[in-house]
Amino acid sequence: MSKYHVTTTINGEPVEYLCEAQQTMLDVLRDELGLTGSKEGCSSGDCGACSIIVDGNVMCSCLMLGVEAEGHSIQTIEGIAQGDKLHPVQQKFLEHAALQCGFCTPGLIVAAKALLDVNLNPTEEETRYWLAGNLCRCTGYDKVIRAVLDAAAVMRAEAGR
Amino acid sequence: MAIDGLKVVGTRPIRPDGVDKVIGRAAFGADMVMPGMLWGKIKRSPHAHARILSIDTSKARALPGVKAVVTAADFPSIPSEEAFMGEGPMNFRDLSRNCMAADKVLYDGHAVAAVAATSQAIAEEAVELIDVKYEVLPHVIDVEAAMAPDAPILHEDLFTSGVEPKPTKPSNIAKKVGFTKGDVAAGFKEAEVVIERRYTTQPVHQAYIEPHACVVSAAPDGQCTIWSSSQGQFMVRAYCAKLLGIDIANIRVVPAEIGGGFGGKTLVYLEPVALALSKQAGRPVKIVMSREEVFRGTGPAAGSVIEVKLGAKRDGRIVAAELLLKYQAGAFPGSPVGPGCMCAFAMYDLPNVNIVGYDVVSNRPKVAAYRAPGAPNSSFGVESCLDELARMLKIDPLRLREINAAKDGTKTAHGPTFTNIGYVQTVEAAKNHPHYKAPLGPNQGRGVASGFWFNIGGESSAACHINEDGTATVVEGNPDIGGSRASMAMMAAEVLGIPYDRVRPVVGDTSSIGFTFLTGGSRVTFATGMAVTQAAEKVVVELKKRAAMIWDISPEAVEWKDGYAVPAGANAGNFEPLSLAEIALKSGRTGGPISAEVSINAQGAGPGFATHICDVEVDPETGHVKILRYTAIQDVGRAIHPSYVEGQIQGGVAQGIGWALNEEYIYDKDGRLDNAGFLDYRIPVASDMPMIEPVMIEVPNPRHPFGARGVGEVPIVPPMAAVANAIADATGMRMRDLPISPPKLRAALDAGTLKEAAE
Amino acid sequence: MPRVVISGVAARRLTGGQSEFEVEADTVHRMIRELDRRFPGLGRQIDEGMAVAINGEIFQDAYAERLAPDAEVYLIPKIGGG
Repeated sequence: MSKYHVTTTINGEPVEYLCEAQQTMLDVLRDELGLTGSKEGCSSGDCGACSIIVDGNVMCSCLMLGVEAEGHSIQTIEGIAQGDKLHPVQQKFLEHAALQCGFCTPGLIVAAKALLDVNLNPTEEETRYWLAGNLCRCTGYDKVIRAVLDAAAVMRAEAGR
Repeated sequence: MAIDGLKVVGTRPIRPDGVDKVIGRAAFGADMVMPGMLWGKIKRSPHAHARILSIDTSKARALPGVKAVVTAADFPSIPSEEAFMGEGPMNFRDLSRNCMAADKVLYDGHAVAAVAATSQAIAEEAVELIDVKYEVLPHVIDVEAAMAPDAPILHEDLFTSGVEPKPTKPSNIAKKVGFTKGDVAAGFKEAEVVIERRYTTQPVHQAYIEPHACVVSAAPDGQCTIWSSSQGQFMVRAYCAKLLGIDIANIRVVPAEIGGGFGGKTLVYLEPVALALSKQAGRPVKIVMSREEVFRGTGPAAGSVIEVKLGAKRDGRIVAAELLLKYQAGAFPGSPVGPGCMCAFAMYDLPNVNIVGYDVVSNRPKVAAYRAPGAPNSSFGVESCLDELARMLKIDPLRLREINAAKDGTKTAHGPTFTNIGYVQTVEAAKNHPHYKAPLGPNQGRGVASGFWFNIGGESSAACHINEDGTATVVEGNPDIGGSRASMAMMAAEVLGIPYDRVRPVVGDTSSIGFTFLTGGSRVTFATGMAVTQAAEKVVVELKKRAAMIWDISPEAVEWKDGYAVPAGANAGNFEPLSLAEIALKSGRTGGPISAEVSINAQGAGPGFATHICDVEVDPETGHVKILRYTAIQDVGRAIHPSYVEGQIQGGVAQGIGWALNEEYIYDKDGRLDNAGFLDYRIPVASDMPMIEPVMIEVPNPRHPFGARGVGEVPIVPPMAAVANAIADATGMRMRDLPISPPKLRAALDAGTLKEAAE
Repeated sequence: MPRVVISGVAARRLTGGQSEFEVEADTVHRMIRELDRRFPGLGRQIDEGMAVAINGEIFQDAYAERLAPDAEVYLIPKIGGG
């Protein structure tokens, strides 16, 4: 099995790796690059635990091949905080106790961050539908939605809107 | 806001493991790597029921990169041994055969062999090269079909227990249980109305988002290290020791963070197999289940048939009740039919009761615990039937429950008399909640239901170490599924009188803390919290002794206040208070490290009760049910960290809603699972749910130092009936077979066949 | 003398159908030993598979719990959880 050489940008840094044709981006992140924050929940694109942002769009890294990253810009959970400064979504998840086991949390935070990147004033319904691709079995989503709406409010205030 | 003079308990600080979890750094089962690690993969049966004629592993062994191949032959033969370990009756021979099939495969997905290889791709290829020859046997899936006299028999050595005379023919009925109180025949004669109904539920999976995963390393001298995500590292250690014939001290299990369990991870599937592979290969082995394997190869909750008969007076008093439960155990005996029997009528004071339950095997995965195991099933039937009775009698459903409510002094159907319970308070709170009076629109309806769970205590160990700088480390042995670690730190901080963030809790491995029973049964805040509190209290006694030594007075003359040693009154002496940090600094000279470890078997857990109110809107064209509003009222004892108690309630409600509306195992005619993935096994998503309002009633549990009661399991008991009752209210249609998925509801609405006028 | 009732039909196999007993014992452990003396095998079944409810409060694996002379004692199936 010969491997492919891929050059891409992950969390703002240039990254190179070798991968096999059938390896998904999730496999590459977790097994080749040591970025284990993205989780495997189903490998069929149904649970969202592997969510990453590719060129500004949320997608399931299990539905993307490692070779497809060539030339694109990828953001994972590891790149959401800036050093030791948490993103408002991360901070609000903590304050609202929006996580119990924490396994779906990286995917939810990535997806929520992507929402707030395009819409700083989502309604509860818009937030719920945006996050419908991120399964959570522990929380019933209540505190998750509250955390995202509260993060949006904080970000609106910071943006002076 | 803290309560009753408490400074930390009752507040909502950020959990100590929270930052790691929101930045993706927390290490779950599949996140570990060990140097030299191999990848393991399991070969699974494609047949629901078959004899294994032969397994040829030669081609797999010959594949370059394959370092080990195991089958049941590589596991010691275990005699049949009943033991209560983990969260239900466990037969270790059955557990071993479930991890690796011996002479028969009993369900689609049953493990028959495993390989370890240098890459995942090679391991997958090797699995395909293992040649298994089967003699396919007739299979049986449905619980009543499995009970029929001509059903295919799964176990030739299984004879129904609990019946007299002892049967001579093997059966799929593993056990009959029953409870009686009073005289039901006489009771029904006195009844002015009698209602008899039949309800069914399908197996559902706990559907934790994290698949099972472990990395294990078996050294040549027999010492093993296991990294795994489970609900109990001590359970993993004990089961692996038993299944592989290893001394317990030779196994060290390090608990990974766990991505959900709900009961489904209270036993082992992968660890014994990985150990056998690692032993053979001489290298660490990592095995991670795929989602498909989780559905096909791990334990769901039991599917069931529930037949309820109630006899009542016109004024609403229930004078007789009968219940027949048929629970499906899966491939090996051990469904939670016993608790199902005991929980069904626990909320009510009934003079005459007869309950019969059957534990039945069939060609499905062996069921595992799922949040209040057994109770959601029987409560779905009883709480729905109560609703039907209420409509028949034209009595408000909450009022009907109030009339028959269990109180202090009520004798249960299974015998013991209740003391110190909070059921009536939940019904009162429901009646008085604004939700109950809120107006409803077209196609909308409201349903209520109640629930009960025992909660358990059990063995827990905890250690409290004072560090040289006056911070504290608390070591406990329970994997943190829902935020319990924060509560441990809060309770210790409260006792020590120091700020919460100067107390760091750690979930220790099996070599670093005393034996602790697993995380489940709603026990951790109660039992492990008790151990943590006692350890902190012992530390305070020691701190006072050290202060006394420093001041050169008697220890009886020292008090501990808000993190300081103070003289107990003017006579003791005029000393400046000594902070914990100051005492810690001198600990070496005053006697050595200040530390305490406590091991207990916590008793007095105290049961939990809940009453839920659910509003739905039904789309008559599609049969789709939208949950509009949900209020869950529960007696929680004392909420140590209210946010995480609310979280348990909200999570349990969401699972119950999924169980009611969409979730089920769908089998094809060959007994193969058709929907082994999250697309077709549909759990609630964010857009399905409204906000869930938890109402916490605090009737403190006198047995716990802070009044805590178990809370995690009760919330899943009422939702199925609450939803079904709301749908009946909205449509007039009584749905008695779960799940109430859109096609079924649509068909019922179209046909109008289930429309029952009140008699 | 505490009155002990074995709840449910399952355990009665070992007791020949009898479910209520007067047992001279002041702790749970002594009660189990006395019942096992009368019905060999019952002790193991209680140890492994049953909980003890004393005046309504449920105890599991609690040999040392005291039984008052007028205690109401029920042996019920052991409780787990999920």
